[in-house]
Amino acid sequence: MKRFLSGNEAVAWGAWESGVRVAAAYPGTPSTEILETLAPMPDVYAEWSPNEKVALDVAIGAAYAGSRAMAVMKHVGLNVAADSFFYASMTGLEAGLVIVNADDPFMHSSQNEQDNRRYAKFARVPCLEPTDSQEAHDLVGVALDISEQFDTPVMLRLTTRISHSSSLVELQGTRPPPRQEKPSYRIDTTKYVMVPGNARRRHPVIEERIAKLAEFAETFPYNRMELRDRALGIVSNGVAYQYAREVFPEASLLKLGMTYPVPAKTLRDFASQVQRLIVIEELDPFLEEEIRLLGIPVEGKSIFPICGELDQQVVRECAIKAGLLPPSARIPVVQPDKGQLPPRPPILCPGCPHRGTLYVAKKLGLVVNGDIGCYTLAFQPPLGALHTCGCMGASIGVAHGVAKAGVAQHNVAVLGDSTFFHTGMPALLNVAYNRSNTVTIILDNRTTAMTGHQQHPGTGRTLQGQETVQVEFEALARAMGIQRIHTVDAYDLKAVETALKDCLDADEPAVVIARRECALMPEARQRWMPLQVNDERCNGCGLCFQVGCPAIVKSSEVDAKTGRPKARIDPLLCTGCEVCAQVCARRAILFRHQLAQDKEQQE
Amino acid sequence: MSKQLTDELTAINFLLAGVGGQGTILASDILAGVGLRMGYDVKKSEVHGMAQRGGSVTSQVRWADRVYSPLIGLGEADFFLAFEKLEALRHIEMLRPGGTVLVNDYAIPPLSVSSGNDVYPDKERIERILSTVTTRYYWVPAIALAESLGNARVNNVVLLGALSHFLPHVPLEAWLESVRERVPQRFTDLNEHAFLIGREKMAGNG
Ligand SMILES: Cc1ncc(C[n+]2csc(CCOP(=O)(O)OP(=O)(O)O)c2C)c(N)n1
Repeated sequence: MKRFLSGNEAVAWGAWESGVRVAAAYPGTPSTEILETLAPMPDVYAEWSPNEKVALDVAIGAAYAGSRAMAVMKHVGLNVAADSFFYASMTGLEAGLVIVNADDPFMHSSQNEQDNRRYAKFARVPCLEPTDSQEAHDLVGVALDISEQFDTPVMLRLTTRISHSSSLVELQGTRPPPRQEKPSYRIDTTKYVMVPGNARRRHPVIEERIAKLAEFAETFPYNRMELRDRALGIVSNGVAYQYAREVFPEASLLKLGMTYPVPAKTLRDFASQVQRLIVIEELDPFLEEEIRLLGIPVEGKSIFPICGELDQQVVRECAIKAGLLPPSARIPVVQPDKGQLPPRPPILCPGCPHRGTLYVAKKLGLVVNGDIGCYTLAFQPPLGALHTCGCMGASIGVAHGVAKAGVAQHNVAVLGDSTFFHTGMPALLNVAYNRSNTVTIILDNRTTAMTGHQQHPGTGRTLQGQETVQVEFEALARAMGIQRIHTVDAYDLKAVETALKDCLDADEPAVVIARRECALMPEARQRWMPLQVNDERCNGCGLCFQVGCPAIVKSSEVDAKTGRPKARIDPLLCTGCEVCAQVCARRAILFRHQLAQDKEQQE
Repeated sequence: MSKQLTDELTAINFLLAGVGGQGTILASDILAGVGLRMGYDVKKSEVHGMAQRGGSVTSQVRWADRVYSPLIGLGEADFFLAFEKLEALRHIEMLRPGGTVLVNDYAIPPLSVSSGNDVYPDKERIERILSTVTTRYYWVPAIALAESLGNARVNNVVLLGALSHFLPHVPLEAWLESVRERVPQRFTDLNEHAFLIGREKMAGNG
């Protein structure tokens, strides 16, 4: 059967059809939909783990136990899971293990654009790369077969455009029947206990393994030579192959479905048949370097950029500059002089519960060591309330370091609930253990919002929506040795301020839990109720604009005295969180209960 | 619908642009479904994640005999469906010179505008800029039309209806089937009406 699927959906189908039994992941754009698609399918166990390292350990455990397994993460997730990635390469497994890794060229939703093919080579793990959804589907099964044949984990590397573009996929729609009996766990300590003595014996094994895989790559059917015009030969991989096809329909192409290890003989053969050899690949000159190491002259990043995403436009333009195509190959474009257009970066949504807490932090003049989540967006004006963001879980450690170094201002750590479970916990433990006066604000919106509302250990529900234990931040913090803990409603600005001031005055480790569910959750949506501005009271002072809510817009009406436009609330956008109403000094923005009263009086 | 591809059906590239949360993804799904029904090879590409939080978003749909790249390059969009006026300006150079652009007559002022640091371009300026790329630009009062059906949210499907007028080789049924396939069942009537009202609005245009 044919289905129109995104790369991510195709991977989930591929995993199901090839008999994956255990799949674990932590959400992260652009990889998130893989587990969301797989979770409802029958006979497969899938989970959101608290972070990528745990997810990979879970998958490795399943593969040790003789079942096919998959771990899924975005590229920076593999940094978190790197330790496990390396030991899994050393030990090998009892059944297939595929690590689906989604890189993000152009950083659509990421803090860097690291090229994780480097990790594959670093850990001596083969790397497969699909060029469309069909291959994304097929290569999952292929990866598992390779994993079993060579006793190695296999990386399936996607990129944002493969994950989030859709094309037709031929599905089998079936899966090998589940095993009737549980396999017995095979004990082999020399293989699976990586003490130095055993590890020294394993290292040559994995070096030999990668040499054998390089041999295997010579006949690997997803490495494909397409000989056309011999003047130009292009080596390409992933979505870049599609751009190469489109821009150079006549050129000869060597498409590599396995980008590590590369097939040396095939590459030499291809190079010998073409006059000029180039590589078209996104991000690092990975293939280019591998080819050069074989002593084959090749061009790549001298023509095409390292930074950002490619597309046919970029490839064509670079090719023209390098003399590979005539200027007449250019596609006619009109680029009108538009002047400066107002930018439209992503922002905190109307009704976002993070807004009020961060508004208070700014009002108190705090240095905010932030983290990654929706709240990161509060760094922008007019809020400007977040001052560092490096990677997930960094906030608390950084804030502790700032506190130990000592600065004139007060500083706090700010992170979300999901991020706290991900990597915030050990850092909070450190604050308690090594006694800094760091105040940690956990923005508990009851979900992993940024990546599209996934469950986590604090929500009381699993990936499948089933009820489970719900971890309490208060109890956790107390168990870690923190005594000063406040829980407040994130919509209640006074309560947030009181709690924060109490902690700032105290000179001891403290935690403030600012709790309020994300305004986009279905239950929250049901309570949406747009507020209104009382035109007579509003004098256009502009204070409410400082909370940075897109629902508050300038009215066409100008206040006679101040000469400034009054505020207006867009009823299509406002959710009625009342943060702006609390900020307004003239009580011109009506609270929900006032609106309700007005309505009653009218009736 | 069976394979209808003939030599006359050349490749068509669609660009959809708007503000995160406006329903561009649903619209591009429907558009992809129509292409598949017509027997085209289809690719669709869109942005998820961070950019969706009220930011500027695009999605792209390509119909052709054989589609390679899932993206559209500068000057390659045959049809540009802008869900918001400022976003029409932002991406207009993606349009093939002389291509067709449909603009939702709707403004969502970005924060820099509502906080007074930027000015939202007026209609005259928008028309002046669009017209340097094409004479085939059309305003669609999609919000007003959707509101007349009682739900402003279906303005995305109104826009698709308007677009359908410019693709005479695609039978109406292909559109409606694809709409029905993609929207929840209790909203099929509403969405079909939204589609038809948009389609009708464009009747008489080139
Ligand atoms: C190592 C790593 N894994 C995953 C991500 C993707 N990611 C970015 S923020 C985030 C979670 C945000 O959740 P939370 O901390 O609860 O904040 P919210 O978005 O709900 O405000 C995730 C999973 C990442 N950036 N880095």
